[in-house]
Amino acid sequence: MEHNIYIYMAIMAGVTYLIRVLPLTLIRREIKSTFIRSFLYYVPYVTLSVMTFPAIIHATRSPIAAMLAFAAAILLAWFGRSLFQVSVFACIVVFISELFL
Amino acid sequence: MTSDKRLAFSCGMRDGIPIATGYFAVAFTLGIAARNAGFTPLQALFVSLTNNASAGEYAGFTLISQNAGYLELALMMLVANARYLLMSCALSQKLDSKTSLLHRMIIGYDVTDEIFGICINAPGKLNPFYAYGAFSVAIPGWSIGTYLGVLMGNVLPANVVSALSVGLYGMFIAIIIPPAKKSRLLAGLIILSMLLSLLFSILPFLSKIPSGTAILLLTIAISAAAAVLFPIKEGETQNGA
Repeated sequence: MEHNIYIYMAIMAGVTYLIRVLPLTLIRREIKSTFIRSFLYYVPYVTLSVMTFPAIIHATRSPIAAMLAFAAAILLAWFGRSLFQVSVFACIVVFISELFL
Repeated sequence: MTSDKRLAFSCGMRDGIPIATGYFAVAFTLGIAARNAGFTPLQALFVSLTNNASAGEYAGFTLISQNAGYLELALMMLVANARYLLMSCALSQKLDSKTSLLHRMIIGYDVTDEIFGICINAPGKLNPFYAYGAFSVAIPGWSIGTYLGVLMGNVLPANVVSALSVGLYGMFIAIIIPPAKKSRLLAGLIILSMLLSLLFSILPFLSKIPSGTAILLLTIAISAAAAVLFPIKEGETQNGA
């Protein structure tokens, strides 16, 4: 089945907005359920991990360059570099290593 | 605007400028992902203007490029942006109870990791105009960055596009690794998530599942299992990721 890109875009915008605006307008109180709080706490770590690996390997022309960038980014993040620095350095690693690979 | 509103607005702008420059760079690489998913520059600009969410938009682009169903996309957005539910709940406590519905509806438009961070740290109750000041620089940084990413992705040489393609992943890594350093549990969870994601991409049968669907399934299953096995006690869930 073919899907309409504008319906796709409306769904993305609508769901994202509702998630943010409902707690500010209607709920206005803390979530008490330990399960829901824990689930929401773990979700970003799990989803970002799942989205990053192995997808990063296929993002560049050379998988080896991507793996080097992946390792470099983890190291830099581990040593507390900022979001911006980690991101830019990962790009530089790919750029330089692809010159040789 | 009265003078205290104007002051709050300019404070918000000041605090929003470093956020906006970071957004611009990350959004640029997100734009390259959008371009790979077949989006035009204007469509990607519109998505960024209406979403203001890196992981959410990336997940959306991935699913859309795989012709996913509408319900599946809606579920994915719910999961990828679930953390904003927590942030908005926390932010609702930071607002004066007299804050009008209109202000609440505008603030809800741009609750991101970074904006939440500066708003929750602002002294006292949150003045909506402080948030609007931050929005006024962060939103253009994010949306114009995405727009230029799609546009320049078509013009830049292939090796530059290839290098820029990892920028977004670099940002994801920079979000998840620092908290993992302080918590063995999170570190283990991250490694487990990546391993399972790898298995889903290489094992026969499992690898037939489109990657967008796999992201959705794995996120729900692993997070739910972790929530049951390692419930978080009250007061520990204040995370910036």
